[in-house]
Amino acid sequence: MIQIQNVTKSYGTSIAVDNISLEIPAGETCCLIGPSGCGKSTAVKLINRMLEPASGRIFIDGKDTRDFKPELLRRHIGYVIQNVGLFPHMTVAENIAVVPQLLSWKKEKIEERTEELFRMMRMESGHYLDKYPRELSGGEAQRIGVARALASDPEILLMDEPFGAVDPLNREALQAEFMKIQSNLKKTVVFVTHDLDEAIRLGDRIALMREGKIVQYDTPEEILARPKNRFVSDFVGADRALKRLSRFPVSEFMKMPASVKVNDDIDAFLAQTRKEGKTRFVWLLDEDERLIGPVDSRHVRAPFNREEDVMEANCSAITVRDSATLREVLSRMLGQGVKIIPVIDDDSRLVGEISILEIEKVTEEAALEC
Amino acid sequence: MLKSPLKKFLRRSAGTILLAGVFIYLILDMNAWNLFLKTLFPEETEWIYPRAMLIELVGEHLLLVAISSALAVTAGIATGIFVTRRSGKVYLQTVNDLTSLAQTFPPVAILALAVPFIGFGFKPTIAALFLYSILPVVRNTISGIEAVPAPLIEAAFGMGMTRIQILFKVEIPLAMKMIMAGIRISVVMNIGTATLGAIVGAGGLGVPIISGLVRQNPAFVLEGALTVCLLAVITDRLIAGIEEGSF
Repeated sequence: MIQIQNVTKSYGTSIAVDNISLEIPAGETCCLIGPSGCGKSTAVKLINRMLEPASGRIFIDGKDTRDFKPELLRRHIGYVIQNVGLFPHMTVAENIAVVPQLLSWKKEKIEERTEELFRMMRMESGHYLDKYPRELSGGEAQRIGVARALASDPEILLMDEPFGAVDPLNREALQAEFMKIQSNLKKTVVFVTHDLDEAIRLGDRIALMREGKIVQYDTPEEILARPKNRFVSDFVGADRALKRLSRFPVSEFMKMPASVKVNDDIDAFLAQTRKEGKTRFVWLLDEDERLIGPVDSRHVRAPFNREEDVMEANCSAITVRDSATLREVLSRMLGQGVKIIPVIDDDSRLVGEISILEIEKVTEEAALEC
Repeated sequence: MLKSPLKKFLRRSAGTILLAGVFIYLILDMNAWNLFLKTLFPEETEWIYPRAMLIELVGEHLLLVAISSALAVTAGIATGIFVTRRSGKVYLQTVNDLTSLAQTFPPVAILALAVPFIGFGFKPTIAALFLYSILPVVRNTISGIEAVPAPLIEAAFGMGMTRIQILFKVEIPLAMKMIMAGIRISVVMNIGTATLGAIVGAGGLGVPIISGLVRQNPAFVLEGALTVCLLAVITDRLIAGIEEGSF
């Protein structure tokens, strides 16, 4: 747990952080967001004492950070910055080993931990260890940056716009990965961003800052549903109902789909489906449960003919990954003009389906809450 | 194909090794010099500087260069590091100005000024060479360290490195290429400038040059000058090799 109590930091006459108080519970992700120059980056650097506050105190797990030597404190707090900050003269392995070496870990322990980190990031360690940062793509470098910050297994992770310089597609993938990792590790994360969508997606809580002050500190749902003042509602924008949807992972709302494998008796299955009348579309799978395409049970007449009856061509355009949010699903539905979408996992196996009805239910509930 | 480190070394430094071989042969075998200079200047009666062996002069010359360059490199890097620390930043401009001044001040004048105080010979020459050659080392150390991107320093700091660790693990390794380039310029320059030592009796390869001037014998001048040239080129190649990591 991080407790920031009445902390102020000024540079000369300008006040960067103005008497802020913030409590971040252990295992939660707190996103600091606000317009540039609002003091969010400064606030983060006060936590690991890269900057010293003019007044106020900061506690980590109840202990005053001033009681530690700054370097020792920092070695026990993971730190990720924008543009990664990997050292260009060190290999990936050496970069990851920086903090463990500062903590005088043994060589074997560092190697073991490095392997563990690569497994966690689902990267092939042998492929990367001896590479230099310039040989990595932007997304890979950023993953290594996160792995490096996690190297000493710190309880707290400070991330200063870590995905700010990555292209949108990669950023989404990194966000999804970060969420997966965080749901296992349960670190206390302070995440600085200027991207509201990112904050809404990743944060358990969001602290919206302006001119050194915290304007509102709440869960994303609360901030979207009940903005405290004009500044907050302007900041979250008119499309906040849409933004809320990115709080909901599709995996929590999808239903078990009706599916049939290529080798099954498809005609019988379709007849049965028509008789029951519960669902119209049936998903055709190959032997490995990978999605081939949708079959419209109302239109197919026996005998089933794969070439004519399966809409294989646009199949990939209408599927979403199980790491997607309802916002992405809705956007995909609107873009493709469909009302029901299959959900697949990383190996392209069908794991569920979601229809526009479920999304409507979620937005209605949200409207009731307001 | 087998890629042994030895083969790689040989391939990369074949030119340097060849040059060094030619050089060693030339300072040992005076017959070659004699033949060569005789062909060029048939009207002279003497072609090789008679009062000292070439190999002795090379030894003296290298000693002058080695001592002055060692001092200049050590002091230059230390100064460069100091003025890029937070505590030394205020001296940055002063050091820049002073080193520029030292380099633009003619070494001959330094020699002339130093002689009344520290006498003739070795010492004033070392002083003049030191002052003259410190600039490239200081300059390159400063620009090398200043070229390290600020976010990297910040990352290192945020990960818990002390200022000293940041210097040795991040700043110096990243500035090394620039620093080495500065050393290279400084040493090569020194090899040429060290010929001035002969004026105040410090010996070295300037001796045949000065003597050739006085006795109006271009053969002596060429003997000294060609040896200095070869020495400079070989040293340049050697340091470049160290920079590329082939030595």
